[in-house]
Amino acid sequence: MREITYETAATEAIQEEFRKNPRTVHLSTDLPSDLQREFGADRVRVTPIAENSFVGASIGLAGSGYRTVSNLRMATFGFVALDQMMNHAAKITYMFGGQAKFPILYRMTVGAGYSGAAEHSISPYAMYMNVPGLKILLATTPYDIKGLLKTALRENNPVVSFEPFLLGGMKGPVPEEEYFIPFGKASVRREGTDVTVVALARMVYEALGAAEDLEKEGISIEVIDPRTLIPLDRETIIESVQKTGRLVVVDEACQTCGAAAEILALTASDRATFGKLKSAPGRVCGLDVPIPFSPPMEKFAIPDKAKIIKAVKTAMRN
Amino acid sequence: MDLSRNTLIDLYATMLTIRRFEERVAAEVYAGKVPGFVHSYIGEEAIAAGVCVHMDRQDRIVSHHRGHGHCIAKGADMKRMMAEIYGKKTGYCKGKGGSMHIADFSIGMLGADGIVGAGLPIATGAAMAAQLDRKGAIAAVFFGDGACNEGEFHEALNLASIWKLPLLFVCENNGYGVNTSAEYAMGAKDITRMPEAYHIANRSIYGNDVELVYEAAAEAIARLRKGDGPYFLECKTYRWHKHFLSNALEDLRPSEELEAWKQKCPVAAFQKKLLDRKILTASEAEQIDQKILAQVEEAHAFAMESPYPQPQDALEDVYSI
Repeated sequence: MREITYETAATEAIQEEFRKNPRTVHLSTDLPSDLQREFGADRVRVTPIAENSFVGASIGLAGSGYRTVSNLRMATFGFVALDQMMNHAAKITYMFGGQAKFPILYRMTVGAGYSGAAEHSISPYAMYMNVPGLKILLATTPYDIKGLLKTALRENNPVVSFEPFLLGGMKGPVPEEEYFIPFGKASVRREGTDVTVVALARMVYEALGAAEDLEKEGISIEVIDPRTLIPLDRETIIESVQKTGRLVVVDEACQTCGAAAEILALTASDRATFGKLKSAPGRVCGLDVPIPFSPPMEKFAIPDKAKIIKAVKTAMRN
Repeated sequence: MDLSRNTLIDLYATMLTIRRFEERVAAEVYAGKVPGFVHSYIGEEAIAAGVCVHMDRQDRIVSHHRGHGHCIAKGADMKRMMAEIYGKKTGYCKGKGGSMHIADFSIGMLGADGIVGAGLPIATGAAMAAQLDRKGAIAAVFFGDGACNEGEFHEALNLASIWKLPLLFVCENNGYGVNTSAEYAMGAKDITRMPEAYHIANRSIYGNDVELVYEAAAEAIARLRKGDGPYFLECKTYRWHKHFLSNALEDLRPSEELEAWKQKCPVAAFQKKLLDRKILTASEAEQIDQKILAQVEEAHAFAMESPYPQPQDALEDVYSI
């Protein structure tokens, strides 16, 4: 199978859907050359760097019968548009009693690990999970980003795709044929029997690395990548934890009130699952600090393979 | 501009409908019968009436927290409005929005927002849709002087300007954001200096004269339909009630200022003109009023007879299917 990058796969999803549906519009602060060349400057518009304006414009376009892709680039820039995102995009379907549909795809990058410092590195998906009305994607492979964005571009709700910055250039197999990945279906990246590791975003790869090392020591871990946070595939997670009896959740977002906390809570508060736990569920998260610039400090602040191995061994001990 | 008798009477009836609807709502609010916050449009009726009369269903508007007048002028059903204000299941938003969030997408009323200035970016999207549709449709956004100090206002003006969007900015300058005067809060002082800075055609008018609003909006909308880019219309007016209807909220505006503006009532002034010009007789005016009062009564009765939503209806409509 051919191999293409994560970013190319995302662009392909948009191109395919824009060809099928002329009532589609792309808004972004940077010129997406390929898209504008194919679909013209009317539908593919470069915006001023004024995030609230085009996040809001997407809502007006949606309410007027157009499907919009708005690329905010980084999640830290997305904060500039929180009024339109949180007060309007998320609530407008509900607040107006479901009388209109708002098909919008918002894209932005997340994560740390590239010395971007605090204002160019963050993983704020839990904040968005806390405002009902948005669907939330967290794809980690070229195959998944294409299939999930294809589904997002047929979805009649605002969808936020959080895309790990460091994975943008990553290559992986993507078929030529059209395919869709449904929301709410986790991917079991590696099967195992001793510990369930639910890993988010780039941490999937750190967890897979940890799995290989741990296998040499006779510890078998199952790595689950939820792929979408809203809706979240609770069943796959719970089924796995019931099988292994142990859970470690890994996320580079800050620990406090994170998605990892939600995943721990939903498993620990499930009576059938709680009864099968062999040890206290654990989490490996980013420290509760803004992302520091200098590499030794940044590395210290976010999870990695070694920290995951340590947490898995702790889970195995008690 | 010479308006036909029908147009004049339509404008009068729209203004009076808004007035009677708002009077009834205010009485119900002060009787403690309406949940939540209600922002009254009384005193500003000429603006919604004079602007919306030029639009049809394919033209879209975005409103704000003081939005009942825009809904009525755009052709919304008062029964479903009243039901929404009471939180009834038959309301426009099935009781999920209330007074501040009435919308009717079927008539191009894209909703009222409770966040000052937030409707402006949304309206740029509606205008962009009209531009892409190439059918000569336009969008209009209503907002107050308070919104002009928000970043979203400036972002929307800028976007409309660079993309030449068919968007009519209608600033209902009532002089105050809650109790804070525009004189204090607005560095630009003269609002039209802001659209001027963005190269947006603009005009400032006395907003309580519905014929003047009609004529200015006609000119602006004709330009929009030709593709000449956005237009900014400032309408100077005054609200008669407090920011929202509440005994607990203070009104810090000078009482003599309020009294002076009440003397400039847009509805009474227009009625007098119509009577003086013999467009209407006193008995015709009375007939129009009685008809409107009956419609408002019917809307109220509909709201009263309508059921509340079931509590578990709260779980519906978070997402569209």
